[in-house]
Amino acid sequence: MSTPLPEHPAHLWRTPDPRSSYDVVIVGGGGHGLATAHYLASVHGITNVAVLEKGWLGGGNMARNTTIIRSNYLWDETTALYEYALKLWETLPGELDYDVMFSQRGVLNLAHTLQDVRDSARRVGANRLNGVDSHWLEPEEIAEVCPILNTSPRSRYPVLGATYQPRAGIAKHDHVAWALARSADAHGIDLIQGCEVTGFVTDDGRVTGVETTRGRIHAGRVGLTVAGHSSVLAERAGFRLPVQSHPLQALVSELHEPVHPTVVMSNHVHVYVSQAHKGELVLGAGVDGYNGYGQRGAFHVIERQMAAAVELFPVFARAHVLRTWGGIVDVTPDASPVIGATPLENLFVNCGWGTGGFKATPAAGWAFAHTLATGAPHPLNAPFSLDRFTTGALIDEHGAAAVAH
Amino acid sequence: MTGRPDQPARLPHGGRIDRTTTLRFTLDGRELTGHPGDTVASALLAHGLTGVAPSPYRGRPRGIVGAGVEDPGALLRVEGSCAESMLPATTVELYDGLRATTLSGRGRLDPTPDLAVYDKKYVHTDVLVVGAGPAGLAAAAAASRAGARVLLVEDRPDTGGALLATAPGDGPEGAALTWATATRTALDAEPEVRVLTRTCAFGAYDGNYVLALQRRTDHLGAAAPAGVSRQRLWHIRARQVVLATGAHPRPLVFADNDRPGVMLAHAVSTYLHHYGVLPGRRAVVATTDDSAYATAADLAAAGCAVAAVVDSRPELTDTAREFRDRTGVPVRTGSAVTATSGTDRIDGVAVRPLDAAGLPAGPGEELPCELLAVSGGWSPVVHLHSQRQGALRWDADLAAFVPGTAVDGQHLAGAVRGTYDTAGCLAEGARAGALAASAAGLPATVPAPHRPQAPAPVRPLWLVPGDGDDPAAWDTHFVDLPREVTVADLHRAAGTGMRGAEHIKRYTTLGTAHDQGRTSGVNALGVLAALRGADSPGALGTTTYRAPYTPVAFVALAGRETGALFDPARRTALHEGHLARGAVFEDVGQWKRPRYHPRPGEDMDAAVARECRAAREGVAFMDASTLGKIELRGADAGEFLNRVYTNGFKKLRPGLARYGVMCGEDGMIFDDGVTLRLADDRYLMTTTTGNAAAVLDRLEEWLQTEWPELDVTCTSVTEQWATVAVVGPRSRDVVARLAPGLDVGREAFPFMAVRETVLACGVPARICRISFSGELAYEINVSAWYGQAVWDRVEEAGRPEGITPYGTEAMHVLRAEKGFLIVGQDTDGTVTPLDAGMEWVVSRHKDFIGKRSLSRPDTVRADRRHLVALIPADRRTRLPEGTQIVDRGVPLTPQDGPVPMLGHITSGYHSPALGHPFALALLAGGRDRIGDEVVAVVGDTPVPVVVSSPVLYDPEGTRRDG
Amino acid sequence: MLQLTCPWCGPRDETEFHHGGQAHVARPADPAALDDREWAAYLFFRDNPAGPFAERWVHSLGCRRWFHAVRDTVTYAVLATYRPDEPRPGVAAAARPEGESR
Repeated sequence: MSTPLPEHPAHLWRTPDPRSSYDVVIVGGGGHGLATAHYLASVHGITNVAVLEKGWLGGGNMARNTTIIRSNYLWDETTALYEYALKLWETLPGELDYDVMFSQRGVLNLAHTLQDVRDSARRVGANRLNGVDSHWLEPEEIAEVCPILNTSPRSRYPVLGATYQPRAGIAKHDHVAWALARSADAHGIDLIQGCEVTGFVTDDGRVTGVETTRGRIHAGRVGLTVAGHSSVLAERAGFRLPVQSHPLQALVSELHEPVHPTVVMSNHVHVYVSQAHKGELVLGAGVDGYNGYGQRGAFHVIERQMAAAVELFPVFARAHVLRTWGGIVDVTPDASPVIGATPLENLFVNCGWGTGGFKATPAAGWAFAHTLATGAPHPLNAPFSLDRFTTGALIDEHGAAAVAH
Repeated sequence: MTGRPDQPARLPHGGRIDRTTTLRFTLDGRELTGHPGDTVASALLAHGLTGVAPSPYRGRPRGIVGAGVEDPGALLRVEGSCAESMLPATTVELYDGLRATTLSGRGRLDPTPDLAVYDKKYVHTDVLVVGAGPAGLAAAAAASRAGARVLLVEDRPDTGGALLATAPGDGPEGAALTWATATRTALDAEPEVRVLTRTCAFGAYDGNYVLALQRRTDHLGAAAPAGVSRQRLWHIRARQVVLATGAHPRPLVFADNDRPGVMLAHAVSTYLHHYGVLPGRRAVVATTDDSAYATAADLAAAGCAVAAVVDSRPELTDTAREFRDRTGVPVRTGSAVTATSGTDRIDGVAVRPLDAAGLPAGPGEELPCELLAVSGGWSPVVHLHSQRQGALRWDADLAAFVPGTAVDGQHLAGAVRGTYDTAGCLAEGARAGALAASAAGLPATVPAPHRPQAPAPVRPLWLVPGDGDDPAAWDTHFVDLPREVTVADLHRAAGTGMRGAEHIKRYTTLGTAHDQGRTSGVNALGVLAALRGADSPGALGTTTYRAPYTPVAFVALAGRETGALFDPARRTALHEGHLARGAVFEDVGQWKRPRYHPRPGEDMDAAVARECRAAREGVAFMDASTLGKIELRGADAGEFLNRVYTNGFKKLRPGLARYGVMCGEDGMIFDDGVTLRLADDRYLMTTTTGNAAAVLDRLEEWLQTEWPELDVTCTSVTEQWATVAVVGPRSRDVVARLAPGLDVGREAFPFMAVRETVLACGVPARICRISFSGELAYEINVSAWYGQAVWDRVEEAGRPEGITPYGTEAMHVLRAEKGFLIVGQDTDGTVTPLDAGMEWVVSRHKDFIGKRSLSRPDTVRADRRHLVALIPADRRTRLPEGTQIVDRGVPLTPQDGPVPMLGHITSGYHSPALGHPFALALLAGGRDRIGDEVVAVVGDTPVPVVVSSPVLYDPEGTRRDG
Repeated sequence: MLQLTCPWCGPRDETEFHHGGQAHVARPADPAALDDREWAAYLFFRDNPAGPFAERWVHSLGCRRWFHAVRDTVTYAVLATYRPDEPRPGVAAAARPEGESR
């Protein structure tokens, strides 16, 4: 017999009506918005807060991501942010008294070309000096960590090695959202669903509230955490963001007995996959090329991803695609987020996470709560200002261009 | 009942099975039999068996419930050369020798390689009809009559749809079945009609792009012919689509409703008529609508003792009265089955009358039975409509979600719209087919809309309350069988404060099993509505359906794109020669490039050192064909290059070549290479190997979208040329021998000059004096057709000098000794030409792409990372690529916080020429640290290194001209 | 799988094309005259509407020519395609299904 997932709490949150005014209004009740609310209350003692969600809590990218958590990024600024998140993940279940099924099963980032190997060595070196557990594994060591991975030297793109971060892993996305929501609610924060922000109330370049489908709500400060819809809300507030919204698809298989013990990502062969707690394989790959708010993409992207999956994991041949879906990822020019001030006073934004949003949830919430509470960035998010696109101080996490002479 | 003692539940007649052939199969180690036409499920039921593997979490006995893809519980692992990890028993066609085991909700993946073939077809059609029941057949026939090209896909082995679950003979269903058979025959005869059975349309995408999976040999077992693809993925672009996808029956929610022997009424009819199997000898039928009376009548006619029909509706409908009067089977109106009894199989049900509120009231009765056929209404199969963003609406009369908005190019017919009567399906199908043909531009006569029959009244029973009045106790009222979600679970979820159905589904995991909630989704909404006292499930919102409609194997989607065909491998014209020589290759982009050419007993270091020495001391040659080559023609080609490259190109004279760097608009190095001016209006640009396509794309983009007024045409000629680089102080002698017509003298053929000549072997060649090593060097370009021959001639001509082939690794050492960067290795998209120390290539006098970005606050910082060389202080320690660099004296204590880094090593080699290892690195403020010592962190070990100018070998450039 | 009508080749599958971002963004005539903020606006800031969007495509696996499309980024309906030298046509937003679940 299988073991069922741990049971959720019997009570999660109230369903309050919005009040006319709050100290802080957070627009967007996804993981980042809920984490921001949680830390505003638990760290800064600010509880006169509303989270406005146009749909249902945790129903956007939070409900659609592939739940990978890792901190082995390249640049110091990004690594600091994600490593801070990882440390928070390690204590979050206890802090929230909620089993979010955070499983530190490690992540392998595969190298298939000599340039991949160089980039991997660079990243491992940087990670280690930044205090991130990161190792280089040779193919035979990879086979020990993940025996089902095809490490044959005769593959089209043989696995030449991998970086390995043992503390990385996965968590259950819904559990995370609900744990954060429950905490925010317990602190007295109003979580208001079915409430869309349609405009901003401004006074001489200062935001003083929001117009919503449930009426005007005044706010001392407003924070946007709406991921793929950031540009739309920014436009309503009268400014632009360096963000493009793209479909990102993912899929799951039916349940299988445990076969895949870790998380594997391959940029070159282009797939990432883990096996979730119940036994389903969870896979994703690249974004669809065009802008899209439809929460869906094209099927050829899925087909290519399946070719990659079978190439790397021959044992997956007869696993079945059970369900596909799409999210809307907000992509920036340097693949790093924007967290901080906007051209409007009292309006702050947390966006541009692209495919990295879930793993950063607690740190994003932590830093954004600090920013909303103090009006100034936390050291963690100071480098991630909008201003960097003007100065040129980008934090390029695309990875090295895959070309060589 | 039957002549076969081993199949006691097999009817003596009827069904679409071949009783003259016996198939043997093994299920959970038990030897069983069946017939062609059976599924594993029908054969199991023919043995009088219904039980399958127990439920996954609670270990409750479970049985076969459905007869098709809607079945929620009967899962199999099917053995084979590569086992099928998980398939519904109701869809696995029986073949002789089949071996399977039942599964409790979890599959087991087979590590044996899958050697079957999977292929893909890409087709266009005027009209695609999905589903070959009466509506779909009528639609296909109508579209075909109008002259449309028609593709009709049907998931099941046979066409006929729900008619296959009806009694053949003289009645109206029999007539319809006869019509269906004749229509199929007629369609098969039409040249522009293709009927694909065993083909499931599982995904509908923008622009009527439909994906369908055809199971071609799965049902044949060992008889599957070799060389035939096992499954085929059809990519169908249809002008118009007709969905005639039918409806799924719904079960009922009451206590212990998961006991084996509880089956969907429609499935029971299917087993009777399609498979000639009677799933129980003593039955009760429980229903909320008229449809189950056909099942009850079928059961009675097959000799089953039907104890009663339990009908939720308070009044006898005409159908019910006619049934009662004809069969004498009692009908309990206004009643419901409230519970079942039994151990491993149902042995009786409790029936109680319902009050007006649907609550059990008054005394009940116990009815013994071994089969309970339930009908909780129907759920139209709206998946492919919903996948195209078609909205759904709740139809209270039908108690079902039906398509609510039109989807462009999509037509609906039959049960998918809630039309359940055969005449209605036929009429709607004919109209939809004609409408589709007409919309596809064909002259179709479109019949008038069908006037639907008023549906017979339905009294949905979303939740038959159990004992007591606390739903928390109703933990055997199963809503989702495979996920074991009960009314108690939904009650708990509803009590958390969650309001939305989506939250509650996620809270309970309802609808996430292999059946994707086909039989549980609407019931769950109904239960929630009942718990909340809401009117109907429609008040709670609808579900968005996502592809695929049924699970599709990963490998079927991968198709042929696995193994060597995962990605094309590009090979140069000289590849076979490299192979024969025993070269070791590396992947560069899609290219296969020789990395080094080991001699017997040599490791890479030894081979590379030997190859480097040959180039520095004698002569060596390499295959440089993979460099991207783009020919630019037109009066404005020079002007264009002048805008694209950071350095000036206007003054380059024909017959000369120039190195150039191109940036993105962000000022970061994008590519580099040498461009040859062949004539006034003709240039040949070379690019890095991996970037050739991207460079061509960008050139086209600039030309077409920004500067259409420029007269320039770009053509990729990478594959048309083979390039042999001949390198080393003795290279002039070799080239002189190869090209006797060419004056190779120092002055006659200077550095960066280009010459056209004919080689001694008669091959026309373009020879350039380009050096990527600092040595005297020539690049010989010939038509790719002559590549191997010319390579061989070079080798022959160089034999006196001991000419040595070298690969990319030696090339890297040679160029790095000279400080020549490799885009993508020594740059990473964050390096400007100024960072790379290439002020000499950045024009101050003209604009170029990216120039403005070089004066942004961040790009003028003094502490940007500069390209420098590093030499290990001990002149011994190798400096691996990727190694991070820190300042002297910085403690390597990351446990106490991040260690500040200054940069990293981009290239690192042992230099045979210098006699020690060295590296290129990107180092913060590196040019201001020349001569300083910094620390490379190799592994976790600090290695002192000295910062140097990047040109370590022959900084004066004395060797270039030989 | 979108179907786009290349102005030169006719209707083709999405897989033959590459998306090129917002259309009608001209490179500044004199970049040196722009301040950092103006240059950044050209470099990095593009419209990203939920609804009709004039965007660039290139028929990479066909005629290799660039063209423009107006496409609804919510419904994905391709409302128009046109040559780069043509002005953006006036098109109405594609009809949205009513009663969307979210």
